[in-house]
Amino acid sequence: MDGVHDLGGMEGFGPVEVEPDEPTFHHDWEGRTFAIAGGALGAGGFNTPMFRHAIERMDPGHYLTSSYYEHWLTGVATLLVEAEMISCDDLDARAGGFPLSRPVSDAAGDVDVATANETARFSVGDPVRVRDVQFAGHTRCPRYIRGRRGVVARVDAAAPIPEVEAHRRERVLDPNYSVRFDAAELWSDASEPNACVHVDLYERYLESV
Amino acid sequence: MSDDHGHNPRPLSDVERRARALEELLTEKGIVSGEFIDRVVEAFARDIGPMNGAKVVARAWVDPGYRQRLLADGSAAVAELGFGGPEGDHIVAVENTPEVHNVVVCTLCSCYPWPVLGLPPTWYKSPPYRSRMVREPRALLAEMGCEVPEDVEIRVWDSSAEVRYLVLPERPAATDGVGEAELAALVSRDAMIGVARP
Repeated sequence: MDGVHDLGGMEGFGPVEVEPDEPTFHHDWEGRTFAIAGGALGAGGFNTPMFRHAIERMDPGHYLTSSYYEHWLTGVATLLVEAEMISCDDLDARAGGFPLSRPVSDAAGDVDVATANETARFSVGDPVRVRDVQFAGHTRCPRYIRGRRGVVARVDAAAPIPEVEAHRRERVLDPNYSVRFDAAELWSDASEPNACVHVDLYERYLESV
Repeated sequence: MSDDHGHNPRPLSDVERRARALEELLTEKGIVSGEFIDRVVEAFARDIGPMNGAKVVARAWVDPGYRQRLLADGSAAVAELGFGGPEGDHIVAVENTPEVHNVVVCTLCSCYPWPVLGLPPTWYKSPPYRSRMVREPRALLAEMGCEVPEDVEIRVWDSSAEVRYLVLPERPAATDGVGEAELAALVSRDAMIGVARP
C-alpha cells in the first residue's frame, strides 16, 4: 500500500532532531510495550510482515504524530483484537479509548502467490528495473524506486515473500538482492553528485532491462 | 527506573493508559507473563547495545583475518564474539574507506541490527531521517555534523528486506599501538550507523 510509512524521498519533514545521550527507553511503558509485543506476537503466531502491516494500517495522522513504541502498541493490539484474543471493548473500558489500525484492504486478498524459487535469476552486475507493482497490502518495495533502473550489487539467500507471509501466513521463498541505484536515476536534477542508494529487493519486484 | 510511582504520582498519559490496559489484559489471560516482560526490558536496557558493535569494530581494526571474515559473513563474525539473536540473522558489514562513506537507513520502518547496536535511537525512526537520507544524504550528514568531502562516494543502504547493516568505520589516525579495548571505547553508535566518524 502507498502509505505514509513509505517515507523514502518525501519532503517537508524538516531537520533531524538528535537527543544527546538518549536512554534506550524514555518511559517504563515503552520497554514494557516492546516486550509485550514480542511475547504476544509469538503467542498469537503472528509473523513480522503481519505486524509491520498492522502498523502501516494506522490512521496516517496517528502514525505521523505518535512515537515508535506507540506504533508497536497500536499494531500488536490491532492484531490481537482481529484474532479475537482480546476485545476492543475490554481495551476501551480499561484505557478510556484505544485507537486501532484500519482493517486490511479487501484488495490485499488478491496477493500473487508465486511458486517458491530459490534459484537467483540475476547475477552481480546485471542491470534491472523495479516493476511498477501496485498492491493494496503489505509490500517491502518502496515507492521511490518503482520503475527505476539499477544494478545488482549483491545476491542474498532466498527469503519468504512478505506479501504472501502477511496476507496468507505462508512462507514462499524468493531470491533476494541488493540493488544499487545512482542518485541521478532516483532524483534527477535534484540529486546530489557522487551518491547512490542500495535497496534490498525480492526477485519478484525486478525485471530485466 | 519506574516513573509510575512516588508520593505525588502524576496522572497517566493516554498512551500510558493504553499500554497498561494491554499489559493487564495479556497478563490476566496468561498470554504474556510479567516475568517475561521484565527479562526482555532488562536485556535491552542493559546487555544489548552499541558496546557490542564497538567490540566487533575494534576487533576488525586490530585483526585483519577477523576483518575479512566480518566483511564476508557479518552474522558469523559477530557470533564469534558471542553476539546474535533477533534482527541479527543476516548482518552485512559495509566498510568505510578514503573513497567510500556508508550510511544506513530504513525508509519503510526502522530495521536495525539489534544484536550489535541494540534498539535504534528516536532520530533513526523519525520521518525526517527516513525520508531525507535516501534523497539528500550529503546535506543531511553535514547537518548532523558529519561532513563528507565531495570526492568521497556516499553509499546509502536502505534495509528494506532481510539484511541488517553495520558500518565498519575507518580506524582513526594515530591509534597505532592502542589496545583493542581502548579502540572499542572510541567507536560510537552513530559511527556504526554511518552518521558520524569514530
